[in-house]
Amino acid sequence: MEQALVIAAHGSHLNPGSSEPAFAHADRIRATGLFEEVRETFWKEEPHFREGLRTVAPDEVYLVPLFISEGYFTEQVLPREFRLEGFDPADWDSDGTTADHTTLTAADVGKTVHYCGPVGTHEAMSDVIIRRAESVTGDTEVGSGVGLAVVGHGTERNENSAKAIQYHADRIRERGRFDEVQALFMDEEPEVDDVTDHFESEDVVVVPLFVADGYHTQEDIPGDMGLTEDPASGWETPTVVDGTRIWYAGAVGTEPLLAEVVLERALDAGAADSTSAARAMEGTR
Amino acid sequence: MNEDQFDALQSAAEAGIDTETLTVRTDGETYDFVVPEASYTGLSDDELHAAARRHREYVTEWYFWTEVAPEPAQRRAFIRWVEQADDQSVPERRERLQEGIRREWGQLEIQVKLAEAGRRVYQLHHIDDSDERVEDLTVHTDPHEAREIRKSDEDGRYRPLSTAPTLRRGWAFVDLTPAALVETIETFYPATIANWHREQEGELDVTHWHDAVTRQTGIYGVVETWDRGEGTDHVEWVAEACCADSQCLKRREWEYDEETPLDADGGDGTFPCREPCSLVVSAARKWTRIDAEESRTYEFELTPSEKEQLEELIDAVADGRTEEIREADFSDGANRWRARFLRAKLFEDGNLDGVPTGDGGAAEGDH
Repeated sequence: MEQALVIAAHGSHLNPGSSEPAFAHADRIRATGLFEEVRETFWKEEPHFREGLRTVAPDEVYLVPLFISEGYFTEQVLPREFRLEGFDPADWDSDGTTADHTTLTAADVGKTVHYCGPVGTHEAMSDVIIRRAESVTGDTEVGSGVGLAVVGHGTERNENSAKAIQYHADRIRERGRFDEVQALFMDEEPEVDDVTDHFESEDVVVVPLFVADGYHTQEDIPGDMGLTEDPASGWETPTVVDGTRIWYAGAVGTEPLLAEVVLERALDAGAADSTSAARAMEGTR
Repeated sequence: MNEDQFDALQSAAEAGIDTETLTVRTDGETYDFVVPEASYTGLSDDELHAAARRHREYVTEWYFWTEVAPEPAQRRAFIRWVEQADDQSVPERRERLQEGIRREWGQLEIQVKLAEAGRRVYQLHHIDDSDERVEDLTVHTDPHEAREIRKSDEDGRYRPLSTAPTLRRGWAFVDLTPAALVETIETFYPATIANWHREQEGELDVTHWHDAVTRQTGIYGVVETWDRGEGTDHVEWVAEACCADSQCLKRREWEYDEETPLDADGGDGTFPCREPCSLVVSAARKWTRIDAEESRTYEFELTPSEKEQLEELIDAVADGRTEEIREADFSDGANRWRARFLRAKLFEDGNLDGVPTGDGGAAEGDH
């Protein structure tokens, strides 16, 4: 049976860069030929979530939210806008970070939709965070003598937002690769403003767990950390703050490896065949 | 007609071919072959081949629509619409296809020509570049490159609404297959083919304003409170502001609700708009807040010309005309020096005529 992969991302009315990660990851997966069609859909751009499914031909769809945490978007907005009849967050049986997939029918198009958990809580996201640390430092062995801060928005609307950050910080810490690993937040303790207070290492890599670069990752966080007085004019990487070298990575969602997490979500839900998928992704690197 | 096409015809004949322009059947021994101007029965293999050659335009057409034109139905219907396939006989259509057929889809002009073996080749460019030579345009062949073109207008400003009539010029997509044409259109104007086809089939699923705002939650939940059961003027204003053809090329098909049509013009677009879009809902959120304020009486001293100038200024901004006003055209109330003079004369501490706004203005409230 032919299958489509539909990526659901936030997008923006104001910032043209917001949708870039969705397009970049879709392009990479499209190039594998694993799916008959790959379509990017958005909350703020087009095709909108409401009209995304009618633009693909296959009757079987793997729907992967390009969101960081479980919550308002994955539990209310997406099921409603994609018209996933009978969706109940309880079907995911999640503790806040463990939603995997559930199969439903979209009422307007009658397609079978395998609705997946968000990319941000997939275990493979830990690898993307590490890859981001490697990219920003230019060191594929980065870890020894280095601290890693995983930064999230915090609990403003939803406690699962912090859970996802904590989840990856814990997993990466357990690997013992970095001297120190901390979860930091924009609007709750421990705050990213005081990043140097939370680390003893001379070098600290800061990776924001955001899908796209935008106001938060390009203005708020660099400003709060003291990387620059004027975020608009940019900053050095690394920048020394209070005697600590800060390697600020920008949004994790722009890391090309994230495409593999999108694909993993669909494979976990039964899409394609994982052996050929792994080979196909190799081919796009 | 080439041999592949004949082979496909012969093997499809076993299950039977029955289209409006070509019928082929077999009893296992001989063939019947029917086209609009001729009918043959009891043909041998060789005679079938001869008949197919004689009426090859029908065979190549059948082959194109069966084997080449993209699935599903919405895409095929669109490809047929492009060449007006349902309105003309096969010979007429093929003659027109030799010269090339042009159709408009929003600000896109689609050009289709007949190619080798009955295939079609498509070109796509801005309607205002219709007379340009392809050599003078930036040529693309990958449908996804339309993303970059769609993203910003002629002045480099971000276009959050793909169907705004601000598509930039200077490019052409060439040598497109039917499937690539559909994908390119889908990239310029997402979901327009699907919704157009639903409408053609009488199945467009319109969500009217009332249902659309009732559905909203989170920061947009507030828009529901704008529907206070006090008529539909506010929705008329929204539709007039956002959905006119000067703002969006979709044809608005949603109304206040099923029973309450709006007077505002829905536009003449080829493809429909089936519900208030995310931009309309987002703007409505702002209007919900500012329209909830109680009006009050302010007193300003204005000359008649100053009053008219304020009206001209609002018109100029609303019609997107400010950029085209000449620097020294002081007869235009929206001329920059005229506006700066008005500000210099009438504003005091940022307040019109020095009259304070008082509590509750948008400038000090929610942004």
